Amino acid sequence: MTAPEVRRVTGGARRTDLASALGAASAAIALTGLLFDQIAPFSGAVAFVAIAFPLFLGLYALLISLHDDALAVRDRLASAVVHSLALVALGALVFIVAYPIVMGAEALGHLNFFTDDMAAAGTLDPLELGGVLHAAVGTLEQITIALVITVPLGLACAVFLNETRGLFTRLVRTVVEAMTALPSIVAGLFIYASLILVLGFERSGFAAGCAISVMMLPIMIRAADVVLRLVPSSLKEASLALGSGQLRTVWHVVLPTARSGLTTSVLLATARGVGETSPVLITAGFTPYLNWNPFVDSQVSLPLATFQMVMSSEETMKQRGFGAAAVLMALVLVLFVLARVVGGRGPGGRSR
Amino acid sequence: MTATLSAPPAERADGPRRRVGPPGGIDRLFRLVLRFAGLAVLVVMATVGLFLATRGAAAISEAGLDFFTTQTWEPDSLDFGIAAVLVGTVLIASVALVIAFPLALGVALYISEYAPPRLRRALTSMVDLMAAVPSVVYGLFGSTFLQWQGVDVPRWLSIQFGWIPFLDVEGADPDNPLSTDAAYVTSTFWAGLVVGFMVMPFICSVMRESFTQAPQGEREGAHALGATKWGVIRSVVLPFGRSGMIGGTMLGLGRALGETIAVAMIIAPVFAIHTQILGSGGNSVSALIAQRWGAASPFGLSALMAAGLALFVLTLLVNFAASAVIARSRSGQGSD
Repeated sequence: MTAPEVRRVTGGARRTDLASALGAASAAIALTGLLFDQIAPFSGAVAFVAIAFPLFLGLYALLISLHDDALAVRDRLASAVVHSLALVALGALVFIVAYPIVMGAEALGHLNFFTDDMAAAGTLDPLELGGVLHAAVGTLEQITIALVITVPLGLACAVFLNETRGLFTRLVRTVVEAMTALPSIVAGLFIYASLILVLGFERSGFAAGCAISVMMLPIMIRAADVVLRLVPSSLKEASLALGSGQLRTVWHVVLPTARSGLTTSVLLATARGVGETSPVLITAGFTPYLNWNPFVDSQVSLPLATFQMVMSSEETMKQRGFGAAAVLMALVLVLFVLARVVGGRGPGGRSR
Repeated sequence: MTATLSAPPAERADGPRRRVGPPGGIDRLFRLVLRFAGLAVLVVMATVGLFLATRGAAAISEAGLDFFTTQTWEPDSLDFGIAAVLVGTVLIASVALVIAFPLALGVALYISEYAPPRLRRALTSMVDLMAAVPSVVYGLFGSTFLQWQGVDVPRWLSIQFGWIPFLDVEGADPDNPLSTDAAYVTSTFWAGLVVGFMVMPFICSVMRESFTQAPQGEREGAHALGATKWGVIRSVVLPFGRSGMIGGTMLGLGRALGETIAVAMIIAPVFAIHTQILGSGGNSVSALIAQRWGAASPFGLSALMAAGLALFVLTLLVNFAASAVIARSRSGQGSD
């Protein structure tokens, strides 16, 4: 009788590893502190890190080499470097997201910040006057226009890429992929050159919405294309075998199967579109006034308002800029969390 | 009776099969609509360059080849060119890549190899969120916080490595305790750093995708031969993900070249080729357009359109190269 085999744990940290990491870290910090205070004329947090980190790596390698071979030392060093890089990047992310919210807290505390435009408030006025309602309205209207254009066209194009094959399909796919990194300012210039100069529209929220949709289209098509590709072909074949045509197969099988992933692709593209500044700068212009009509006159958006306000030299104006950025960031966060919740089953997950 | 058995059909790879019957009318219409949507997207994307070219033609024909060699930007006195801004764009993008590449590699390796499986989805979401953060927020962070709080970095770099021409800062005296920080902010370095943070998630997600697709069998084989985790990464994961790494980096480069607002918020515009990346001043094509758009004359607009066209062509080339490299890897293919 042998005991049933148990899967062995191959990974995981041993207690000595943790001890050497902590030991090396504290030794490195202490040594650098000693260097700073007593020995060399260094100063500043950056120099501290720049000296402490290599010291940590060296000490860590030394500690590991006490009871392991060179192979293990290299392994642990690589692990330490990867962990610290990931820590730096993710820490920076948290900081960047939290920064405008913390800095804008003061402006956000005033109710008029959400209910007024900047018509009554000059640059020197305190925070009790003026707000970003005009920018919020502009952002919502522009993104709605962009979505009205992007969602049907992008969805149809993604289905097109998946349902047909041939030279033309490949051409469209290549062009769309190359356009995903279209500089947003070029999208703005394009709409200005075509819609405004050639077709005679005026600089307005509508033009900005079009520019944003030019930028969002390739992003959405690409994401939706990947999701649609994950729909099992057995499902499609089953539908075709039951006698339904292509339209029915797409409408009743492919799209419902990919629904959560498609929603995610739309929401992610929206999150990108909401935050774009330069197309709005080029096609809609800046105005401090509330403008409900997206087809007539300038209309500002949250990112553009942030840009203009922060560029001002007045402290209250800067605070308003931070507040606008915080509102924008909150909007993006909501969209993003929504995308994750909707797409929680992962791309290709079956809907019930 | 001899029954002849027909040969069994040859083994076929499992994949979508072609329908034999003629599609009905509604399906033909459906396919027409799809084709139309594809065509519409293609036309929009293809005319971007066309419109920029027709609008910028006036400026380009006026300036001729000087457009590529002149550093100043005075379109109304017919003295303008993109030499300075183009060099500035490339410098900013290079700094961005130098920052973004190791960070992206570290995060991608961490997520695909080191992170506990429970955390992977959350971490992937975090990186995607980082990609969705508006560029104006990055610009805000860089222009009002990072460059002032971190001013020690360029100072330290320029003092220690000032003998490298790129890292020297002219007009800054490190020995003078009264000298201000202004010489070390609003520089190419800070713009590039912030843009690097912005493009990091894009590079990272392509890298992670190709790393996670490294075949499990090969990983296990390497483990069985006694490789450490780093050994597996070096001999299986990295070679397998090489084209993903290169392609992702080039995608990031394409984005870094086109970034507008974050650069415009940080940099102090200079219209001269300024290669001292740590010192104040620099420029980029997109920042130039954003700054000059509001006050430009009709001819100035044409000149800005021409600059936009140059940027468009540059990013397009980089992107085509990137997608060609990525297409050679297996990412996203054969998922059925």
